[in-house]
Amino acid sequence: MSPYEDLIIDHWRHPRNKGTLPDPDVDVTEANVPCGDVVRLQLKVRNGKVENVRFDGRGCAISMASASLLTEMLKGKRLEELEEMRQEELLEALGGVIKPRLNCALLSFRTLRKALEALGKTGSHVNPSP
Amino acid sequence: MRNVRGDFPVLERTVNGNALIYLDSAATAQKPTQVIEAIARFYREANANVHRGLYALSVEATELYENARKRIAALIGARPEEVIFTRGTTESLNLLAYSLGEARVREGDEILVTVMEHHANLIPWQELARRRGAVLSAVGITPDGELDMDDFRRKLSSRTAIVAVTHVSNVLGTINPIPEISREAHRVGALVVVDAAQSVPHLLVDVKELGCDFLAFSGHKMLGPTGIGILWGRRELLEEMPPFLTGGEMIREVWIDRATWNDLPYKFEAGTPPIAQAVGLGAAVEYLVGLGMDEVRRHEEELTGLLLEGLRVRDYVEVYGPHDPQKRGGVVAFNLRGIHPHDVATLLDQEGIAIRAGHHCAQPLHRLLGISASCRASVYVYNTPEEIELFLAALDRVWEQLG
Repeated sequence: MSPYEDLIIDHWRHPRNKGTLPDPDVDVTEANVPCGDVVRLQLKVRNGKVENVRFDGRGCAISMASASLLTEMLKGKRLEELEEMRQEELLEALGGVIKPRLNCALLSFRTLRKALEALGKTGSHVNPSP
Repeated sequence: MRNVRGDFPVLERTVNGNALIYLDSAATAQKPTQVIEAIARFYREANANVHRGLYALSVEATELYENARKRIAALIGARPEEVIFTRGTTESLNLLAYSLGEARVREGDEILVTVMEHHANLIPWQELARRRGAVLSAVGITPDGELDMDDFRRKLSSRTAIVAVTHVSNVLGTINPIPEISREAHRVGALVVVDAAQSVPHLLVDVKELGCDFLAFSGHKMLGPTGIGILWGRRELLEEMPPFLTGGEMIREVWIDRATWNDLPYKFEAGTPPIAQAVGLGAAVEYLVGLGMDEVRRHEEELTGLLLEGLRVRDYVEVYGPHDPQKRGGVVAFNLRGIHPHDVATLLDQEGIAIRAGHHCAQPLHRLLGISASCRASVYVYNTPEEIELFLAALDRVWEQLG
């Protein structure tokens, strides 16, 4: 396994869903402080489903590709499904990640967990925006 | 310098199917058979606690331990009783921040560090300043990555109690002018603490020539084992300072409510010391002295020159620190344009090349340079010009893949 599968290079060079949303229901940021990697994740939720998603950030190819790929996995999913999502699913989708770089790959997943927690607290997925 | 590669067993191994090219000696050095064997021999033939036993084995262990101290003292031009064994540079500097801080630093005093310090020569002083109500300030650097001596003179004053400065930057590689710093600091009555973790392993360091008051360095960066380091200090200052760790070995007489302290250096060596590690470090010093520190320096200067030249002709590389290899140790930090250092390190690792990537325990310096992290290649006695060529060629492949 090369640590940089074509998929990772592709998502790194051409990030999907990169940018910001005008009116997100949740907007969270997580960082890997020691290496300076940052991922910001925004979700727009309607009827308990992720209607739209954007990420922004800076960091290594693996953390950025992982965030990009994750946004594709989120779109259209029910929040309950996302609650059930395991980090292994993201790692598998990335084609496997070597051990020293797991932290980079999982930064986006931790950001997602933070977003779900924030949504849970505000209850916005229970009361879909009008 | 003679070819020493055969002395380092780890260099025979492969990593990810390639011969190991180890370019991270600034983090820790590889160990020659002579050091590995000295440690094994100690455990096989002479293991006992030191300074206690009245039996032959303990006397032998004590002799080996104290001979190591003498060798280290001779290496840096010091007296053995001024050489204190610690766990490493970090512990040496913490010892100073507590003990010297207690003896010498009052509210309103100033502690002067530099922006290129390793966290180990920064956080202990931050904490001391906080405990004592002292003021911490930092000397800046020039655009070329040298210490800004004008800024140093501006910030140095009669209120300055301690100047804590690195001899060789672990990121920029800069060799700082310690003799000049010591002269200026002493003129205003300040004491000078030198972090020599990146210098003693690579340069001929003589404490009298440096003119400093304290010197801290680690065993594992100079071919010795981990878990052992040195604090050297001027005798009269060490005598004035209270102990740091207390307990066995560091006492003379003990009553239930008080105690008196042992002589130097034992006053600062509480508990059973790292004996085998000291013996191993003694063997490392013997090895380095056998090569000749001037030869070590010449070898590294050549490799550093090749590294700097090779990196500079690649327009996708940004190099940090002084351009002139004579002004720096064997440490070169750099970045590939638009590529995170971790990606560079991972791809090089696929080819068996070990470099460091990150902030190298120098976050303030990286912030100043406007980067969150950097790559760092560092060389030592066992590296070769061919390895530098292979490294540079591998860097081109990283750039082809990610650039």
